Amino acid sequence: MAILIRKLALMLALGVIVATAVAQTDELAPGSPQLINPEDLVKLLQAPIGQKPLILNVGPSLIYMQAHIPGSEYIGAGSDKQGVESLRRRVKSLAHNTSIVLYCGCCPWGHCPNVRPAYQELQKAGFTKVKVLYIADNFGADWVQKGYPTIKGQ
Amino acid sequence: MRRVILIIIAIALAVGIYEVSRHRSGTSKPVSSPGNPAPEFSLTDLDGKPLRLADYQGKVVLLDFWATWCVPCRAEIPHFVDFQNQYREQGLQVVGISMDDDAKPVREFYQQFKMNYPVALGTDKVAAAYGGILGLPITFLIGRDGRIAAKYVGETQMPVVEAEVKALLQAK
Repeated sequence: MAILIRKLALMLALGVIVATAVAQTDELAPGSPQLINPEDLVKLLQAPIGQKPLILNVGPSLIYMQAHIPGSEYIGAGSDKQGVESLRRRVKSLAHNTSIVLYCGCCPWGHCPNVRPAYQELQKAGFTKVKVLYIADNFGADWVQKGYPTIKGQ
Repeated sequence: MRRVILIIIAIALAVGIYEVSRHRSGTSKPVSSPGNPAPEFSLTDLDGKPLRLADYQGKVVLLDFWATWCVPCRAEIPHFVDFQNQYREQGLQVVGISMDDDAKPVREFYQQFKMNYPVALGTDKVAAAYGGILGLPITFLIGRDGRIAAKYVGETQMPVVEAEVKALLQAK
């Protein structure tokens, strides 16, 4: 019985360590304060007063061309060296307290290869007001199909 | 007689109002829905050859929208390679449309995964024709009659896809 309790306690401790490690390694885990939900971003963009954030798309261009958030700028895929370089160039002259929202929406959140490198790049550059749009499944399901505003084209 | 005419007008009005509200509320069937004819496309594959849906008339087509950077897509592709091997003789044709921005990683991936079916780079026009490809993977199954039989959004359960492929192959 004592052995069983010891084993259970060990497994519990290991579980806590693993969970803590995962939470520490993924700053953009669902529920993190660095994230902004689609409905909150829509409210922010539609508010009659208040400064609007700079919205940067760091996903694939073919998805951006089909539909994107009005006013957002296409940067390039965050998983790509050229995309990161283009992000660096775009923010070079901005004040570090500029409010920026990054988004992609190519794939389910945990599988998105683009938002994390882009977010890390802005963190490294010293930007303090960066949020990432939390898109649980994809831009189609979590933005377009919800009737939030979109436009097409480059 | 006047009464009959009034009833007909009332019915026509009711049908008209219903149709207008149905379209406004977005419940009309999108082009990419099962049952509708699969939209035609004309692309160029990785070898520079034309890739048209019309070339596979009478076959069952598994049309996969994917990308090299898409983790669930990468998991699905070995299964599609197996399907192509296993069901080719019975009339299955797998076709891949990559949503990558550049052909280079697609070519590398094609070699690495020993892909045995044609792949072309997608365009926003083809994506729009299929109802918008705003997330990956998205897979369509097209029957021998050229109509969309199924649409799978996100990583799919391969036994479900395989069962549907078999059923479509049997429907001569």
